[in-house]
Amino acid sequence: MTDLLRLPLHDLHVEMGAKMVPFAGYEMPVQYPAGVMAEHRHTRARAGLFDVSHMGQVRLRGADYEAVARAMEALVPVDLIGLGENRQRYGFFTNDAGGIEDDLMLANRGDHLFVVVNAACKHDDIALMRAGLGGGATVEVIEDRALLALQGPDAEAVLAPLNAGVRDMRFMDVATLDLAGAECWVSRSGYTGEDGFEISVPVAAAAALARRLLDDEAVEPVGLGARDSLRLEAGLCLYGHDIDADTSPVEAGLTWAIQKVRRSGGARAGGFPGAARILREIEAGARRVRVGLQPEGRAPMRDGVVLFAGADGGEPVGQITSGGFGPTVGAPVAMGYLPTELAATGTTVFGELRGKRQPVKVAPLPFVPANFKR
Amino acid sequence: MKFTEDHEWLRAEGDVVVVGITEHASSQLGDVVFVELPEVGTKVASGDEIVVIESVKAASDIAAPLDGEIVEVNEAIVDEPGKVNEDPLGAWFFKMKIADAAALDAFMDEDAYETFVG
Repeated sequence: MTDLLRLPLHDLHVEMGAKMVPFAGYEMPVQYPAGVMAEHRHTRARAGLFDVSHMGQVRLRGADYEAVARAMEALVPVDLIGLGENRQRYGFFTNDAGGIEDDLMLANRGDHLFVVVNAACKHDDIALMRAGLGGGATVEVIEDRALLALQGPDAEAVLAPLNAGVRDMRFMDVATLDLAGAECWVSRSGYTGEDGFEISVPVAAAAALARRLLDDEAVEPVGLGARDSLRLEAGLCLYGHDIDADTSPVEAGLTWAIQKVRRSGGARAGGFPGAARILREIEAGARRVRVGLQPEGRAPMRDGVVLFAGADGGEPVGQITSGGFGPTVGAPVAMGYLPTELAATGTTVFGELRGKRQPVKVAPLPFVPANFKR
Repeated sequence: MKFTEDHEWLRAEGDVVVVGITEHASSQLGDVVFVELPEVGTKVASGDEIVVIESVKAASDIAAPLDGEIVEVNEAIVDEPGKVNEDPLGAWFFKMKIADAAALDAFMDEDAYETFVG
């Protein structure tokens, strides 16, 4: 793994017995000795600590926040001008065909816009922002900070002794807080469906903060394996699987992330790449949509499994884009795309597994209710 | 007990061989969540993929180690796949009747398998 980048906390992961695997150009902990199932369950029951320092952290600066927000609104169909100070929103870069180039988090930090993008897309995203923001904003890539996620029902109780300010935060609030002597940028958000925090911490202070959090008996380290099963049960998209350059936000069921002001009839309607297709689909509906899927047997159906309307014959009608065993659900769960007429909850379709078609039921998302502190 | 390069353990019971997967294999697979076993009476050839095993991470196959006939399968691991991780040496997968019991001698013994795994 000589060409792979190492996380700032690499030595700590190895010390904890992590199994390291290549992911998005980094050596990443996929699991610790407890294993994916135990790490998943621990996160839902107590708190899990994830190292997501491979993700891209970027600050966008301009004359003032509104100037930056206005420039960035040309790249994402999100209401950024109307985003309150120290509030965060989910969004995505769209392309001219109305597909999704990446999904990201965007936060109004008063004098700048802070964004976090996926590791695998970060170089493209940075280039896209540098080219697309024009004179309205400069792109400052943050290289000297790690990113930790503390997720689970005990996350607040674990973090509060380090800074009681976390108790005042609600879902999608952002704050600059001192944690164990380091200036941290903290948001109350995550990728598990649980309450929790994402913490941008200076690299020099990251190991000490991680160890401090792991010293709490409620906290266990959690790898990429459980991160994936947690987000799948939470019905959250993984870029490159559930959403990609050919998939529109409407097909993906992400219309909620496009605020009314950016839709037809809104004060700043359109003005982002692919607006024609996306706004039309918001009005008229998409031909296919992302759905939750529950295989009726016990065999997991994973990314790539082809879906059919019937048990025999016929052409494929869709495909699974994420799937596996859901440890909290206790059964296989999946997400995929189906034509709108087959997408109603309770509809049975068939997934082809090892040459045999097995029934799969369309299910509401998420599979596990969200546990956010609203 | 004998071991294959595919990380199966083989235990002879007369002219029947009991087959499971090793501790090493089970820890590499991770938490097992699904097992599909062959039907009793199936005639198999060495190398035939006759078991599907899925962990939280991925699907893999287990091959028949020898030519023979499946005479019994362990339904308990279908009902509780986690047993494969808890007790890999106890959680056998299938029993097969083989024509030539001497064929077992060709496989690794425990010392050789330990060396093989490293």
